[in-house]
Amino acid sequence: MTVLREDLETTRWSPVCSYTDLLPERGACALVDGRQIAMFRTFDGVLYAIDNHDPFSGAQVLSRGIVGTRAGEPCVASPMHKQAFSLVTGVCLDDPAVSVPTYRIRLAEDGTVEVSTG
Amino acid sequence: MSRLVIVGHGPTSHRLVEALLAKGFAGRVTVLGEEPRSAYDRVALTSYLTGKSVEDLTYPVPEGVVLRLSSLVTAIDRENRTVTTADGHVEPYDVLVLATGSSPFVPPVPGRDLPGCFVYRTIDDLDAIREASAGAAGGVVIGGGLLGLEAADALRGLGLETHVVEMGGWLMPRQVDEGGGAVLRGHIEALGLSVHTEAGAKEIVAGPDGRVSGLVKPDGETIEAQVVVFSAGVRPRDELARQAGLEVGPRGGIAVDDGMRTSDPAIYAVGECALHDGMVYGLVGPCFTMAEVAADRILGGEAVFTRADLSTKLKLLGVEVAQFGAMEGALDVTFMDPVGGVYQKLFVSDDARTLLGGICVGDATPYNTLKPFVGRDLPGAPSELLFTGGPANMELPDDAQVCSCNNVTKGQVCTAIAGNGLTDVAGIKACTRAGTTCGSCVPMLKKILVAEGVEVSKALCEHFAYSRAELFDIVRVRGITTFSQLIAEHGTGRGCDVCKPVVASILASLGNGHILDGEQAALQDTNDHFLANIQRNGTYSVVPRIPGGEITPDKLIVIGEVARDFGLYTKITGGQRIDLFGARVEQLPQIWKRLVDAGFESGHAYGKALRTVKSCVGSTWCRYGVQDAVGLAIALELRYRGLRSPHKLKSAVSGCARECAEARGKDFGIIATEKGWNLYIGGNGGFTPRHADLFASDLDTEELIRTIDRFLMFYIRTADRLQRTSAWLEEQGLDYVKQVVLDDSLGICADLEAQMERHVATYADEWRATIEDPEKLRRFVSFVNAPGTPDPSIRFEAERDQVKPVLIPLEAVRS
Repeated sequence: MTVLREDLETTRWSPVCSYTDLLPERGACALVDGRQIAMFRTFDGVLYAIDNHDPFSGAQVLSRGIVGTRAGEPCVASPMHKQAFSLVTGVCLDDPAVSVPTYRIRLAEDGTVEVSTG
Repeated sequence: MSRLVIVGHGPTSHRLVEALLAKGFAGRVTVLGEEPRSAYDRVALTSYLTGKSVEDLTYPVPEGVVLRLSSLVTAIDRENRTVTTADGHVEPYDVLVLATGSSPFVPPVPGRDLPGCFVYRTIDDLDAIREASAGAAGGVVIGGGLLGLEAADALRGLGLETHVVEMGGWLMPRQVDEGGGAVLRGHIEALGLSVHTEAGAKEIVAGPDGRVSGLVKPDGETIEAQVVVFSAGVRPRDELARQAGLEVGPRGGIAVDDGMRTSDPAIYAVGECALHDGMVYGLVGPCFTMAEVAADRILGGEAVFTRADLSTKLKLLGVEVAQFGAMEGALDVTFMDPVGGVYQKLFVSDDARTLLGGICVGDATPYNTLKPFVGRDLPGAPSELLFTGGPANMELPDDAQVCSCNNVTKGQVCTAIAGNGLTDVAGIKACTRAGTTCGSCVPMLKKILVAEGVEVSKALCEHFAYSRAELFDIVRVRGITTFSQLIAEHGTGRGCDVCKPVVASILASLGNGHILDGEQAALQDTNDHFLANIQRNGTYSVVPRIPGGEITPDKLIVIGEVARDFGLYTKITGGQRIDLFGARVEQLPQIWKRLVDAGFESGHAYGKALRTVKSCVGSTWCRYGVQDAVGLAIALELRYRGLRSPHKLKSAVSGCARECAEARGKDFGIIATEKGWNLYIGGNGGFTPRHADLFASDLDTEELIRTIDRFLMFYIRTADRLQRTSAWLEEQGLDYVKQVVLDDSLGICADLEAQMERHVATYADEWRATIEDPEKLRRFVSFVNAPGTPDPSIRFEAERDQVKPVLIPLEAVRS
């Protein structure tokens, strides 16, 4: 219980959009505290959030990639040069030495999508 | 041995240079060529008249080789080891190779020097024949051999009433016997050519203008003709060797030993000029082998040239003719189908067990399957082999020669497949050179691949075990309209950036509404998703359609105003359009609202779809134009706009043969003729440029559009993912595509046309539909939680009075 209380106290959740603003298997970008967060809703309804910054091109574009799976791992392919990033870990599946930050994302009871950069 | 000089620059000379460099020859190589152009593929010479360009036929000149063109060598000074050219240049050598080729034999017929008489050997000859044919009605070829029939085909292609006169009793006497010659004659006469056997030329007569007007046969009959082509055999070019005192044969040819060395040990001779063991060779295969042997010897090797295989397989005037091994034997078995025009004969030993040779006319299948068995036990009864093509699993022995042009055995092919993990014919060609010259063994190479258990994976990605063409058929035949249904029933997982755009394209080609409707939106890559082209800083570019490149001043002004008001970088594209760069996603609908209101629509620059139909200004303005190129280009662009395909599609229309629109660099290009339009297909620029092939000639506009409809839909149905028409055409073969599209050999043309009609009827502008749909517009934001906020990471600076992106410095990406 103590752990959970600490968690509640330290995590700041920002509401960004409604769940229906996110299309299945497509991303959208939110601007939170000056940070660009790419959010994805997969086919089974699970939400993921990673950084929007594509480390290979330097452009803020990962939210515009194609969402799919690689060997069952949900991933997004950068629209710039097609490197795939795991939505779970942020690790680049084509070059595991490269990764992008992941963020916490949840669905509030009223259908609002919330992310945390903390 | 530092200075090597080669006299002559034809295919054999080129092959010698390649072989020397491949084997690591370190000295200086100088090639002296008589023609004004470098070596070209003489085997494919006739294709120069049917659309191939000089560049298409020309071999690349390897780096580091000194090539002197228009340099006829007139003398060899063997004592001082130099050669002298007609223009006085003196070239010293340590080793000299004569590759002087042969010259056409012109029999001493009165009138043979009249204007209008030609030989058939060089590109210059073909240019002259083409020019003379322009105003001519009839043509005669003297000589009914292989080259004579090629020349006859060329004259027929140039629109002449064509005759062939042959001294012997039947056509192609070197390759076929009398029975085969009779069947061949039937084929050729059916094409409208006149064949005269046991006939020569008594005299060539001139008309009042001093040019050829006809050929008088020995029986006194006159054939009216303004063009006469001599094709009565060739003679080795040995005059230089003779003059230098080298040993030559009694009937010509520079005598060489098994190592291609002449009577002077510092001088070699290769190709058609060389006489080996009493034989002069005119076929490319033995000549290439000579080049390989000479290269090996020059580098100190011990390669040996042995009496060469004279097997031939070719397609003349659409008729397959082949001969292999011996042309006689103790026993022979003949299969003849006078209705189908097929004649096949096998020669076997007296015990009927050993194959000695064969002749084929009309269907050369036995050449492909049985040639490697020459000199060996037959794999079945001769009659069964001819009737059924032999047992399906005929095992070739490892030392059987598969490619006679490059002397490659089955064993070498198998070793290359196993050793390099090859999975396709292209790999075999690269590793062994088999199949790279005449290509007749390619079907055999495919069989060997299959027999070796190589299974080429056609799976699109980990989610679908099917090729794009197979998926297209599944979607079409089963009437599937969603990705979810397709992957649930025919795939695994949830797709990826490979299969999703492919399925999106297939659904779009089959007409499933707007590409951003429902689930389709999630399948599109970012370009199709935002209907614009992503650029390096994450902004997009906008290309409005400008059909045929024709635009009014008012519309030009609108584009200028839009670009100015949104601060876009403006550039003219290669496809006669205007590209506007630097738009953020939230600006795209505003930009397009202005463009749509002014009458513009999507240019599909973002899609694997028809891009543009370029045009020259055509007969409306140009004093050379013969047809309205702009009018046709606009009609084609409006007909095929929005058509999604395996890769982008580009087209162009030129109003005359000067080809200012560069139509032959396009997927489908149209060039105006006096009588209508010539259609070329399979061209592109890009990484591997390719000139389009002539597909059909002198079509009227209706025929042209019907042909393009069929061609495009057949390509869309059968091409692989991201396969341009050029690679697709090479894979399918021009003849096959002609059969399907022009002759409807698969019986699908009505279906292809109907499919295109549906596309044309249901086309709607994607951008207009998008700005009219608030649901679709909601996606055009940089930030879902701050729709009005532009992406702060996008910044511009000025260059040459326009904007350019400020590039984001890349941090070290690897942790």
